[in-house]
Amino acid sequence: MATASPSTYSAVTLNINGEKHTLTVDHRTTLLDALRERLDLTGTKKGCDQGQCGACTVLLDKRRAVACLQLAVAAEGREITTIEGVAEGDRLHPVQQAFLDLDGYQCGYCTPGQICSAVAVIEEHAAGWPSAVTDDVRPEAGPPPLTPEEIRERMSGNLCRCGAYVSIVQAVARAAENDARTGRTAEAAQDAHDAQGTQGAQGAQGAQGANHEGAAA
Amino acid sequence: MTTATTGTRTTGHAVGTAHTRVEGRDKVTGAARYAGEIPFTELAFGWFALSTAARGRVRSVESDAVLEMPGVLAVLHHGNAPRVDIDYVGMLGMPPDPTAAVFQHDRVPHAGWPVALVVAATSEQAREAAEALVVHYEEEPHDVTFAAGSEHPDAYSIPGPGGPGVTGKGDLEAELAASAVVLDAEYSTPEEHHNPMEPHAATARWDGGRLEVVDSNQGTLWVADELAKMFSLDPAAVRVRSEHVGGGFGSKGLRAHQVAAVMAATVLSRPVRVVMTRRQMFSLAGYRSPTNQRVRLGADAEGRLRALEHSSLSVTSTVHEFIESGAGPARVMYDAPAHHTANRVVRLDVPTPTFMRAPGEAPGSFALESALDELAEKCGIDPIELRVRNEPALGPVSGLPFSSRNLPACFREGARRFGWADRDPRPGLRRDGRWLLGTGTAAASFFAGAMPSTAAATAESDGTFTVRINAADIGTGARTALTLVAADALQVPTDRVRVRIGDSDLGPAMIAGGSMGTRSWAWAVTAAAEELRERLALSDAVPPEGITVRSDTTAAVGALTQKERHSFGAQFAEVAVDVATGEVRVRRMLGVFAAGKIVNPLTARGQFTGGMIWGISMALHEEAVRDRNTGAHYGADLAGYHVATHADVPLVEADWVDDPDPDDPVGIKGIGEIGIVGAAAAVANAVWHATGVRHRSLPIRPDRVLEAGVRA
Repeated sequence: MATASPSTYSAVTLNINGEKHTLTVDHRTTLLDALRERLDLTGTKKGCDQGQCGACTVLLDKRRAVACLQLAVAAEGREITTIEGVAEGDRLHPVQQAFLDLDGYQCGYCTPGQICSAVAVIEEHAAGWPSAVTDDVRPEAGPPPLTPEEIRERMSGNLCRCGAYVSIVQAVARAAENDARTGRTAEAAQDAHDAQGTQGAQGAQGAQGANHEGAAA
Repeated sequence: MTTATTGTRTTGHAVGTAHTRVEGRDKVTGAARYAGEIPFTELAFGWFALSTAARGRVRSVESDAVLEMPGVLAVLHHGNAPRVDIDYVGMLGMPPDPTAAVFQHDRVPHAGWPVALVVAATSEQAREAAEALVVHYEEEPHDVTFAAGSEHPDAYSIPGPGGPGVTGKGDLEAELAASAVVLDAEYSTPEEHHNPMEPHAATARWDGGRLEVVDSNQGTLWVADELAKMFSLDPAAVRVRSEHVGGGFGSKGLRAHQVAAVMAATVLSRPVRVVMTRRQMFSLAGYRSPTNQRVRLGADAEGRLRALEHSSLSVTSTVHEFIESGAGPARVMYDAPAHHTANRVVRLDVPTPTFMRAPGEAPGSFALESALDELAEKCGIDPIELRVRNEPALGPVSGLPFSSRNLPACFREGARRFGWADRDPRPGLRRDGRWLLGTGTAAASFFAGAMPSTAAATAESDGTFTVRINAADIGTGARTALTLVAADALQVPTDRVRVRIGDSDLGPAMIAGGSMGTRSWAWAVTAAAEELRERLALSDAVPPEGITVRSDTTAAVGALTQKERHSFGAQFAEVAVDVATGEVRVRRMLGVFAAGKIVNPLTARGQFTGGMIWGISMALHEEAVRDRNTGAHYGADLAGYHVATHADVPLVEADWVDDPDPDDPVGIKGIGEIGIVGAAAAVANAVWHATGVRHRSLPIRPDRVLEAGVRA
């Protein structure tokens, strides 16, 4: 970038997976391209570059965002988590482990986005966020059971053209179940648990539902 | 729930045991690198500029202004691009689609035709320059309209992947006239696009006189062979690698991006990456042609077919012939004294269509299996019973025996699990609140073949084994399946076997296509591994360089006797139809398949259900629409072109009956495509059962449901 004109390039510091990266970026550079082309963090995938497929889903301040619709210069100061930052060292995140064990993928290209999305879905749910298919949306109702229908609705921003949806839903349900059992949840989720007391059990029931929902009439 | 292993200690039983993907950890951690993700020093970025004209010629490419833009290195177009040769027959026995041979002339045969490649130091610079590039056209009137009806004055018949263009026996009109029940119906399916999640991407570079291409494709030697022929290179001077592939579904062969990347790398003497945008894929990546089909059936009072006619019309471009052989399934599924099939094609000013998951079978089975359901209704016979009564003893067209035909077993098991026996055949009777409910079924088949392949198996001195085969894992789980096959052939645990794939230097092997990849590769791997095991039994120690055995299955595959070789399946669906909004939702789906030995139940289930979900998507969502004025698509992206997402997909279940192929060393038939066959028909037949109205045009959109209403 030696010839970079100061008016179209800026130095930014991005906080990615707990590490600070300072780089000079073209103002047009999306967070997605900064990750992939500049920082060699290629786990975040480019499926459409238009915010339509979810393959580039990352967490910005713990919430889901599509990196293709975020300019890198606007991501300064945000806490960015990519698929490379989901595991704890060599220990896979429960969502990653469940995707691996239950074959929640085929080609693997939508997978990082699905996993980042699922990590946030479990926390959003535990924190009591309703979805479009939640029956009782009163705040005091707490999180609804994390049924397959709830998971499908909440994960619908992530396309999988291989059609691995069945096992993805099962994987998210299993991870949520493990999450609730081990108490490995975000602070917000923990607060919700403390306040309501019963969400873990409900979540587990939802996960069971994924396994037991049968095709037989 | 399947219990999966990640590496077994026992030997000889890996095939048939669920095993997680050997590259799974890389895929869930983001470590797996796809084609556009390999870093190169001095990498430059190419960006296509596509024609906005639908027919005519390029008058000028105003590249001077663009070359002044920051970072721009070159603008390749028909006036300056290297010349290539397209007068050859490729590895698959077909001439190349000239669409891939970019920038060779000024003709524009369709909207979205590549007219230039802008290369710049960064992708942002390349993109802006490509979008700023002014191209002047001399436009001519175009025709992109695929009119309704299975007849077209300019249609002609050509052979296709499904065999000859036309087949026929018996007097159709006489048998129809003598039939107790006659059905005559027209069906249509729209233009459909593969849309693998990973866009087509290639990086080309010259490395000491050798062309290296890192690509996303379904067969590295296929692409390497075409590039060598096109650029008149020694085949040994071209290497194509494709380690991880983010889906293909038929679209990832030789395409414009590889050729353009090679041209740019040649002109600039530096590595160049070309990635299609999602929107560009709608013009450059191939697609499934729309079809208009007519099915005529005549049966006696017991439902036994006396006459069967299936004709299918599809489109191709003006520059290349590809035919969607919708009439193919009838040649396998049902016999009749009068049996006629025809595949015809008409040329329009559109891009060239190509293979897309179950080419021919997917749209063809929609028409044929809907027609069988309609015939069952007219005869007052259960749709499963109708199919069982029409099980042919021999291939209806070939007269050859079937290697195995376990379709009735699939229907029996499926009916039991789905609860078919309790079904009231009358339509429009079941209600759940505002939803009308219905169930439907359909049969499925797909050709089971093998192609010659080579493999190498090496016993390493540390006690492990390396298998090298130029396979492609496009998400099928082939890499894992071959690990299991090799472990069993070597009689060792799977964790002692590593499989290397996706590199043209590994030698000739079948592509990932035609549901023949894993079978063809497993054959070669088995041959090499079994011979290696015999060799090891005779040797005392493995030398430091290891012991390698190579195999070539050309003779063995060539010795297969002529038979009708197919997988079969039974599809079941339950739908709910909201007659107030026209929304159709699939509530549950079950497929039972007879598809050879299942190597890895964990990944195989995903292949079947993935195909079935394509069937849901085909039945209800997918449709690319062309604007007849511009000749280009409306909404050529994933917002305009709908594919099924999580919320559209219920619990879809797949299972299989015992059906090992007696002529295959492992018993494999192939499972990549059969899941979609018949799936859309099962959904459409369920919609009829719910509403009493036949939907013969896909997708079954809400407006179509509303317009058609309910006929209980």
